[in-house]
Amino acid sequence: MTTPAHRDGPGTGALAAGSGTALAGHRPLLEVAGLNALIGESHILHDVSFAVRPGEITALLGRNGAGKTTTLRGILGLVERSGHVEFAGRDISTAPTHDIVRAGIGYVPENRDVFAGLTVAENLRLAERDGSEHRYDLVYDLFPRLKERRSQRAGTMSGGEQQMLALGRALLNSANSLLLVDEPSQGLAPNLVREVALALEQMAQLATTLVVEQNLAVIRRMAQQVVVLDQGRVVHAGPSAELFEDEALTQELLGVAHGGGKSS
Amino acid sequence: MTTFLLLTITGAGLAGLYFLVASGLSLIYGLMDVLNFAHAAFLTIGAYASWLVASKLSGSLPVLLVFLLGLVAGLVVGTLAAVLMETALVRRLYGDHVAQVLLTVGLLLAVTALTRAVFGSDPEHIVVPAWMNDVTHVAGAAVPNSRFVVIGCALAVYVVLMYFLRATRYGLVIRAGVENRDMVSALGVNVGRAFTLVFAIGGALASLAGILTGTFFGTITPEQGTSLLIFAFIVVIIGGLGSIKGSALAALAVGLLQQYANYYATGGMGDLIVVALLAGVLLVRPQGLLGRVTA
Repeated sequence: MTTPAHRDGPGTGALAAGSGTALAGHRPLLEVAGLNALIGESHILHDVSFAVRPGEITALLGRNGAGKTTTLRGILGLVERSGHVEFAGRDISTAPTHDIVRAGIGYVPENRDVFAGLTVAENLRLAERDGSEHRYDLVYDLFPRLKERRSQRAGTMSGGEQQMLALGRALLNSANSLLLVDEPSQGLAPNLVREVALALEQMAQLATTLVVEQNLAVIRRMAQQVVVLDQGRVVHAGPSAELFEDEALTQELLGVAHGGGKSS
Repeated sequence: MTTFLLLTITGAGLAGLYFLVASGLSLIYGLMDVLNFAHAAFLTIGAYASWLVASKLSGSLPVLLVFLLGLVAGLVVGTLAAVLMETALVRRLYGDHVAQVLLTVGLLLAVTALTRAVFGSDPEHIVVPAWMNDVTHVAGAAVPNSRFVVIGCALAVYVVLMYFLRATRYGLVIRAGVENRDMVSALGVNVGRAFTLVFAIGGALASLAGILTGTFFGTITPEQGTSLLIFAFIVVIIGGLGSIKGSALAALAVGLLQQYANYYATGGMGDLIVVALLAGVLLVRPQGLLGRVTA
């Protein structure tokens, strides 16, 4: 397996200088226990429990509608939820979203959700907090196109560039020790998928990452741990190698042939 | 030509009043998704607070000072009323549109009835400096100076609002929040504070509109807020929800069209033309002149 540290790419030097959470520890950085979530009248998550260890990339997998995005939004308090969520030893189960994020969680949402009417620079400015000024070099090193297009309205950029902006926004805050990344390769051309995956791997050197991704080729290369959801319930959790080396299990849980393509 | 000029300046003054009410409404709906019918109550509260203070001080101080003290009192009371309403009532009802409509319509009716009960239904005269009641001749047209005051205030508010939205951190938060409130929270920003601020701005602008209505028409009444609110809603929809520039353009279009139609066609035609304009904009560009299409 190729580790992020062995890859070459833009910004490697700057990334190496970053703080980060490279060392895996025993105590989970994020613990989710008995998470239930409702959207309107629909009960989406049913007692979802899993843990994310520091320094690792954990992938949240499952078929469409399994509850992956809702799990991320539930952790952040963006949907009505109950259950226990603990981040870095702090109970965030009932905290408001802005407090959860300020505790050190960066969020890259599905569909990027950049502010279309704001410029690239304004989008980044919104994510600023104390110490962010030192992170601009890092963000622009990793995504040079953002620097070139600082004055451009985000809504006029391509999907790939918007994804870079969404990732850059999460990276801008040095206090973020956990990144929640939702479908980073969705709707991108294959060459951009590779670029975004590479950037994600580099970001993962700076922060523990919980990623939702349908592209199993990307996940297989990046993730150390996987959690598989089905109809709002956790049906499998463990090392990614364990899942991807078992063709029958992959087929059963994700509905795809061994290691290939996208989950259905 | 003289008549046309007079109609244009009067229409622009009316547009200024519409803009002051509509800009606050637009920001509140755009950011917080609250259809605030009680916005007109801020207008009434501000106008009557100003009138009350000015009438108590009248005779003991120079008229200009009395007017300015009344203006400040109206702005402060209207702003506080808006902050109180947001923190004590509206905050509990975010996301519940039916409850919001019931609450804000109820508040509007209650404030209007309370004002009528306390101060009576008779129009009250706002104390203004004598020069405001004089006229200035512009290319032969005798234009009341109060029109220029309203236009000047509206222009100043537009410039300050645009600066605030474009150059300050809170302005950035409000512009982003109008697009996607959840995502602003997910960047670690306490959107609740921005909500209170926007309500306060809306309350202050509506109060200013209430006081200026008194200078524009010469009197204030408990019902004036309600009649202005209807046209302010039309302006917000034509301009595009959440767009200050859109509100300014739409207010100008509505104010001018009303004046021209009422004079050149028949009295009352102005309101009909404005409704026709609203229908046309909704058919051609449902998001309004400068509104954005949202998912």
